[in-house]
Amino acid sequence: MTRVLTMLAVVTILVAAAPMKQGYDIGDTVADFKLKNVDGKKVALADFKSAKGFIVIFDCNTCPVSKAYNERIIALHKKYASQGFPVLAINPNDPEVSAGDSFEKMVDYARKKGYEFPYLVDETQEVAKAFGATNTPHVFVLTKELKVAYIGSIDNSRDESKITKKFVEEAVDALLKGQEVPTPKTKALGCTIKWKNA
Amino acid sequence: MVTLHFHIRFQSVIRLIFPLFLLTSWSISLSAQSAQVVKVDVLKELIEKSSDQIQVINFWATWCGPCVKEMPLFEKIHETRDDVHVSLVSVDLDLDPNPAKVHKFVERKKLKSTVYILNETDPNVWIDVIEKKWQGAIPATLIVNTQTGKRRFVDKELHEGDLEKLIEEVKAD
Repeated sequence: MTRVLTMLAVVTILVAAAPMKQGYDIGDTVADFKLKNVDGKKVALADFKSAKGFIVIFDCNTCPVSKAYNERIIALHKKYASQGFPVLAINPNDPEVSAGDSFEKMVDYARKKGYEFPYLVDETQEVAKAFGATNTPHVFVLTKELKVAYIGSIDNSRDESKITKKFVEEAVDALLKGQEVPTPKTKALGCTIKWKNA
Repeated sequence: MVTLHFHIRFQSVIRLIFPLFLLTSWSISLSAQSAQVVKVDVLKELIEKSSDQIQVINFWATWCGPCVKEMPLFEKIHETRDDVHVSLVSVDLDLDPNPAKVHKFVERKKLKSTVYILNETDPNVWIDVIEKKWQGAIPATLIVNTQTGKRRFVDKELHEGDLEKLIEEVKAD
């Protein structure tokens, strides 16, 4: 009996200690989601019948890096929505930790900035966790089949005058031409997602 | 006689004042230290070179709210634990190439831990040197036992007691 209990304990520890999968990698198929938009309506990827893919951006109202990239995110949607790659912005920040990211503040922000793309609230933070998003802004470019084609930053410089690589544009341009994405993964400094306090 | 007496008194005054002067200048140099501008190899050495102390390396920026909020936790560890070495690495230069801001911050907050300003511009190169699974979110903290290679990496804000727990984890066999 003791042995069984010991075994059970060991198995429990092993299972608990097993590393959780760190979100999606390139080539993984993402699970669709349904999140509330700033207009109050729920939005899912499946709603975009004619989309050729998606530019999913984990973003927020408050992060200085997000603010620096705000106009570039708006420009991405302007350039690519008409070509079949709309932007979908998702705010995963817990408003209890970051008051400026409440749903009401998101509504104000989207109105003030004239967002023409959905700005969705990830209240449970489950979508951010499933994607493996860690910071804002954190971009995932998806194909029509919801396969991850690019993960990382919009470009290689917060200072617009120093950009030498527009990673997201290169990725979407490649997908539109049916080519391989030249740089599928990049890293950039950003604000940590404000996770709910455990 | 009067001159001699004065001379002796003068000497004793100097004798009294000089150590005081030394002490004051020493404590001023202790109260805030200047940040050193470094490349990523300096951090690589901290992580890899065997040391008697646990290395706690925190990545922050002046504009990052949660970074500034959690900073006293690191300062407390620096002040109370001889078995831990704390490095506060400002990663501002990537985003805001103005080190004067960081120097001012260090002075204003009277930071006593070792402060570095990381002078690297391509996160696609230097982030992986620190931690492969790090996507670039800050605050981020690496805790390393250089003698065993045991490490913990956290890319979110730490709270009271978290650091102590992580330090114990890397110290444990």
